[in-house]
Amino acid sequence: MTVSLVVAVAVLYGVGTYLLLQRHLTRVVIGLAVISHGANLLLLLVGGPAGRSPIVNGGTGEYSDPLPQALAMTAIVISFAVTALLLAFAFRSWQITGSDEVEDDVEDRRIAGQAGHVHDDELDSVGTEA
Amino acid sequence: MSDILIPLPVAIALLGAAISLGLGRRPWAQRIFGLLVLGTMVAISAILLSRVSDGSVLATELGGWSAPIGIVLAVDLLSGLMLVTSLAALVTVLVYAIGSPRPIEQARYFYPVYLVMAAGVSMCFLTTDLFNLFVAFEITLTSSYVLIGLGRAREQVRHGVTYVVISLLASSLFITAIAITYAATGTVNMADLAVKLVDIDPHLRTALGALFLVVFGIKAAIFPLFFWLPDSYPTAPAPVTAIFAGLLTKIGVYAIIRSQSLLFAGPGESNLLLIVAGATMLVGVLGAIAQDDVKRILSFHVVSQIGYLIFGLGLLTMAGLASTVYSVVHHILVTTAIFMVGGLIEQATGTAALRRLGGLVRSTPLLGALFLLTALSFAGIPPFSGFIAKLSVVQAGLEVGADWTTAVALLVSILTLFSMTKIWAGAFWGDPEDATIVVRRPSRVMTGAAAAAVVVSLAVAALAAPIYDLSERAAISLIDPALYVEAVLP
Repeated sequence: MTVSLVVAVAVLYGVGTYLLLQRHLTRVVIGLAVISHGANLLLLLVGGPAGRSPIVNGGTGEYSDPLPQALAMTAIVISFAVTALLLAFAFRSWQITGSDEVEDDVEDRRIAGQAGHVHDDELDSVGTEA
Repeated sequence: MSDILIPLPVAIALLGAAISLGLGRRPWAQRIFGLLVLGTMVAISAILLSRVSDGSVLATELGGWSAPIGIVLAVDLLSGLMLVTSLAALVTVLVYAIGSPRPIEQARYFYPVYLVMAAGVSMCFLTTDLFNLFVAFEITLTSSYVLIGLGRAREQVRHGVTYVVISLLASSLFITAIAITYAATGTVNMADLAVKLVDIDPHLRTALGALFLVVFGIKAAIFPLFFWLPDSYPTAPAPVTAIFAGLLTKIGVYAIIRSQSLLFAGPGESNLLLIVAGATMLVGVLGAIAQDDVKRILSFHVVSQIGYLIFGLGLLTMAGLASTVYSVVHHILVTTAIFMVGGLIEQATGTAALRRLGGLVRSTPLLGALFLLTALSFAGIPPFSGFIAKLSVVQAGLEVGADWTTAVALLVSILTLFSMTKIWAGAFWGDPEDATIVVRRPSRVMTGAAAAAVVVSLAVAALAAPIYDLSERAAISLIDPALYVEAVLP
């Protein structure tokens, strides 16, 4: 049970990192959400083995550790709020440019242009302001 | 009871933000209310600082749960100094923002979000709990995402996204680090961790230390994790850039100081931190020299100056830490001031590009004077506070024998002066290079706020003896955290 959760955490981090490296902002948002799911699952995982009873007044036997669960709850709420904000950024980017692709950095393009990798006419299309 | 004062800065700021949101239809009431709230916070933090100025530690339990399960807030000299300095910077920038004629700062969401950021910043300095520190970071960062996106121009969206994504990645890593720490020790209370981390596998401890350094290093913009800063900061409105440059990176530095001294301090100096410090100083200043835009030059200097702070910390000696604490205070105030002046240059001329500027010393002599004073302090020329900060860190470095990093620090200091001279020669001396630029008088309120910030940063040099004295006492308690641990753990 625990080993499969560990594998799940690893897969979530891996998939999230891959998505984070994409150019489309929506994929980046999903990637961040997936990574934070992985982190939350990891928090749950460190609370000890599964199947223990929740902490209740007057209960007996071994409790499951409530602290990581509380931490995961807080982290979920925060990542929800921030994902919403990032989606607003993606929407704004789509409104301005018509796509949600993360734009090239103007300065990077200029340096690439000096090195001869990008043609000047392409440079003009991204604007000249630094 | 002094304890009741400790959570007050956070509580007042959050409550103030809620009320400020309700005042959205009355702009002047909102502005005055914002100043009142921040003024009260400054007063409370000054009282807290005076109570801990003898080197004692005040702590209070939230919600009646005791440590290590409950969340404990504590003030020691380091957090007291950081709190007072940051709030002073927040107040001056708020006045600067009130005077700003650009319509975006007048949006009714600016003031509530600004107060929420003040709450987050205060909580970062007060908390003794790693997870609570994460929450405080998130409060600060979420409000900073909103501030950097205010205005919603194309540039801001492009670079704001970089900033938000990189910060979110750091936050996810932060949770990961907290989870692993909890798995290894069963606690997230920093005082408890200081005791328990000693007993765990030293390799795991090193790995955790490195992970936390990466997490906080992204926020503090140390080498090689700084690349987002010079892109994103200059695109925001001038007051927002000023407070980001002055404060937000310093929260990361504070977290690095706290975690590396309390949790992961090894015997002797940390070679990793010294190498990181040297690279941060050098790469930052070289980046600055290559730039043409005033705000971008200054943003690279922020990175470069962070290196000096990490240098003092990496030495892990009393002298090194005292220098870091003094430098943080100096750096928050001077950076805020110099970015405010940079914003004024842009406001007066409509551009921040050096190739278009020139001759400003004749058209706006006051601006020239303000820039000169902060630039000299920034570059570390005596008798300004930057000189004291750099002298102390160089002395501390030579004491330990960290010759290479000390040499880099001295070289970078010359290059910083060179870069400041470049701004001076490009923007203030000579003749106006672009005849189309009409120099307007910058807003009186903004100039006044910038002048106040410059005066406050000069006061750090005038009051160097007592402030350095406090820094040394703060360093003593950082080297020997027994008092801190005792106050937090009952």
